[in-house]
Amino acid sequence: MPQVPSVNGAALRGPGPIDIALTVNGNAVSARVPPRRTLLDTLRESLGLTGSKRVCDEGTCGACTVIVDDRPVYSCMTLAVACEGKRVETIEGLAKDGELHPVQRAFVDADAFQCGFCTPGQIMSIVALLRATPAPSEADVRRAVAGNLCRCGAYPNIVAAGVSAGRRRK
Amino acid sequence: MPRVVKSREEFEGEVYESLVLVEGRDLPLLDGGERTEIGHERRRVDGTARVTGRARYTQDVYLPAMLFVRVLRSPYPRARVRRIDTKKAEALAGVRGVLHRFNAPKAAFRGEDTIFREEVRFVGDEVAAVAADDEDTAAEALRLIEVDYELLPHVVDLEEAIGDVAPRLETDGNVAEASTHKRGDVRKAMKEADAVVEATYRTSTQIHNSLETHGAVASWDGEVLTVFESTQHVFGVRQGLKMALKLPFSKIRVVCDYMGGGFGSKGGVGKYSIIASLFAMELGRPARCILTRDEENLAAGNRSATLQQIRIAGKGREITAIEHTSWANVGQGKWVANPTGPTNTLYDVANVSSKSYKVVTNAGALSAFRAPGYVEGTFALECAVDELAERLGIDPIALRRKHAGSPKDPLSGKRYSDKHLLECYRIGAEEIGWRRRRNGGMRGSAPHRHRGLGMATQIWGGGGGPPAYATVHLNPDGTVVLTAGTQDIGTGTRTVLAQICADELGVDLADVHVRIGDTENPYGPISAGSVTLASVGPAVRIAARDAREQLLGAAAGVLETPAGELRIDGGVVVSKGARTPLSEILGKVENNTVIGKGARHPNDPELSQRTFGAHFAEVEVDLRTGEITVEHIVAVHDIGRIVNPLTARSQVEGGVLQALGFALTEERFVDRATGRVMNGNLENYKVPTVKDVPTKITVKFVDRPDRRANNLGVKGLGEPPIIPTAAAIANAVANATGARIRHAPLTRARVLDALAVAEARS
Repeated sequence: MPQVPSVNGAALRGPGPIDIALTVNGNAVSARVPPRRTLLDTLRESLGLTGSKRVCDEGTCGACTVIVDDRPVYSCMTLAVACEGKRVETIEGLAKDGELHPVQRAFVDADAFQCGFCTPGQIMSIVALLRATPAPSEADVRRAVAGNLCRCGAYPNIVAAGVSAGRRRK
Repeated sequence: MPRVVKSREEFEGEVYESLVLVEGRDLPLLDGGERTEIGHERRRVDGTARVTGRARYTQDVYLPAMLFVRVLRSPYPRARVRRIDTKKAEALAGVRGVLHRFNAPKAAFRGEDTIFREEVRFVGDEVAAVAADDEDTAAEALRLIEVDYELLPHVVDLEEAIGDVAPRLETDGNVAEASTHKRGDVRKAMKEADAVVEATYRTSTQIHNSLETHGAVASWDGEVLTVFESTQHVFGVRQGLKMALKLPFSKIRVVCDYMGGGFGSKGGVGKYSIIASLFAMELGRPARCILTRDEENLAAGNRSATLQQIRIAGKGREITAIEHTSWANVGQGKWVANPTGPTNTLYDVANVSSKSYKVVTNAGALSAFRAPGYVEGTFALECAVDELAERLGIDPIALRRKHAGSPKDPLSGKRYSDKHLLECYRIGAEEIGWRRRRNGGMRGSAPHRHRGLGMATQIWGGGGGPPAYATVHLNPDGTVVLTAGTQDIGTGTRTVLAQICADELGVDLADVHVRIGDTENPYGPISAGSVTLASVGPAVRIAARDAREQLLGAAAGVLETPAGELRIDGGVVVSKGARTPLSEILGKVENNTVIGKGARHPNDPELSQRTFGAHFAEVEVDLRTGEITVEHIVAVHDIGRIVNPLTARSQVEGGVLQALGFALTEERFVDRATGRVMNGNLENYKVPTVKDVPTKITVKFVDRPDRRANNLGVKGLGEPPIIPTAAAIANAVANATGARIRHAPLTRARVLDALAVAEARS
């Protein structure tokens, strides 16, 4: 058996593709990924979850936002290998039994999107906000989506949707 | 029998006469009574798909065995490609093909016969393309391609390109006259004027930065080429592919189900679609070529930077003459948008002289960007009108009113189909509180902050026209499939078309399924020029009426009641005292396929169809930092009947916010020495964020059907709200501070410079 190199007891793997196990939307999944592969590309190309969008691929737009262990992250700036054993939530996992999540419902009601390309990221940022701040103010919502660009300019309705989603969850 | 008729349509400031094929008769204008769907706020019918991640965009199309294509782009603004060595790239495991100018088949593209030029002419110009099993391999292979470039002299800056020492990029020079207009006697009017304002305005290059980059996924089954493309015109892409690949229409299918923004830049086929198609056909595997954000900022179009000179003369309380000359940096573009369009058409001014020049440079080609030309031109014109009002000592709205009420298009002499611009002024002035406006501005929230009000007007087309077709299939269970060749670019096309169909047919909105974005559907026009609703909507209404009449015919037979005594309401056939669900009627008829057809009928060639509007801005300016805070924007538009007030309002807010970027922050920087775009990403190219949104945006519509426009009385709304915002803000800043900033965007540095100039003068 070749010895697995380790640093401070943690196994070093790579440089070739390695197998990782994580939880995505409540399901245990595994994927074989090169160490440099982002969580975004892993979701989209290995797991077929194309709801998270690749817009800038360098952490400047927020369209790829997902929730990892209850925190919103840019999945294009997160390596898949860094998510080993973690809980990842994406836009595809929000609706339960055909029922939209309150934030999704609020987005539809408030017309908080036009082309819809930034929408999954906006929604995930607000879902994460509501877990920490169940009844956010407009300023709270603005801060939560300050890293999510919308080129169609749906911002006023996005803020309204965030506030109303908080209200209806109370 | 189908027949050929003449029509007259406006598209992005230009008027076209055309021949179109129509059948049957147009419907009379939709009556003014309460409707079941039209005129009501409705959530988007595709809302659930968009909020669940289920909506499939081009980027989300992954086909089995698909190849990933990456493009090698020129690092130089102008060079001759002398030699390309691809041996190392081809030796890389996973690389399946490389295309470049020495091995690619001829392919017609925008007047040239190749997609890989011998002389590359901007940083980002296509040099070679690699298809590989995965994206990383394709990217790696690009680094292994060796290109021998012979560098040539270049010019990227507009004003440098106009000058005498710049290299000549075309045999006729870099500057070409594009359009000109003259009426009256400008020289005489200038001589006799009480005041003449002469000023130079500039607008910087704005990049679309649609969140979904340009791209295509092509698949060839040996018989038919299917191309998924993020586009505003599936039929336009099909046309481009036909020209490039020499395939007949019957062998090309173009699909765009959902698309992540285009704003004018996705009007036709791209080199990426041709490259993906060539690889797919050559290698027998689907191929995907989707631009990176970097590439999007280099090679996917932009709004031209402009240099504009205006002389505007006034006498008494009127504008007597305008002279407007514009130069626009089109990069490697083959056309130019017309910034003098608003000057020629907006105001009924007797003496006008305008010229628009196209200037080529070694930068990426322009493409249409939401109201191309009109955004740039309105900034200059509407600032100049305010400058003249100030010189004449009259209120800016009072001066405009003198020239804004004319029922005739001053350019063509034709009557407008409808016009309520003065009403827009009235509503806007009321909403912003124009009475508070004082010369010299108002006190701000702190001693170093000054507050001001400004406004500006917009004129645009949006009347639409033929050809546009739709079919309405009524299923035996009473559900409806509406099919049209248009596409929803985020404006809510699916929703408003479903509303029109449900309203005319008498079924529930939830029972209408809309199929669009596919060249297998009846032809639909480009989703640009604000033409979609006014083109496709009337065809949908006719198709729904046709289906309804056929259905009532069937119902008359089943219910043994004359069709004239039947009506359809909420999916139920109502006869005297009886209500029968559609499904019951259709279930009883053996041949139960009801197919309604509709075509857009021509416009009245004697009328000019335009949209009008006015935006008002209230701003505060920090005199220490030059920061502009936009407190309130009031947007008032006259665009005919509003089909869905909810989505219409969203569209206006979005236009205002995109305009805010143009007005305050968005500006492409190109290094003159190297020709490189210095801020080609979303970090350094500043599109507005949620924190840049004004405290308040008020949206108002005149909301009166244009009775002479089409059978719905509707006109377009995509572009109008981006047109007047920047000038309204600049005018408010001038009101607040006494400083006139004549260069958009009004960055802090420009505000501080203008404040220093104003202070030195006083």
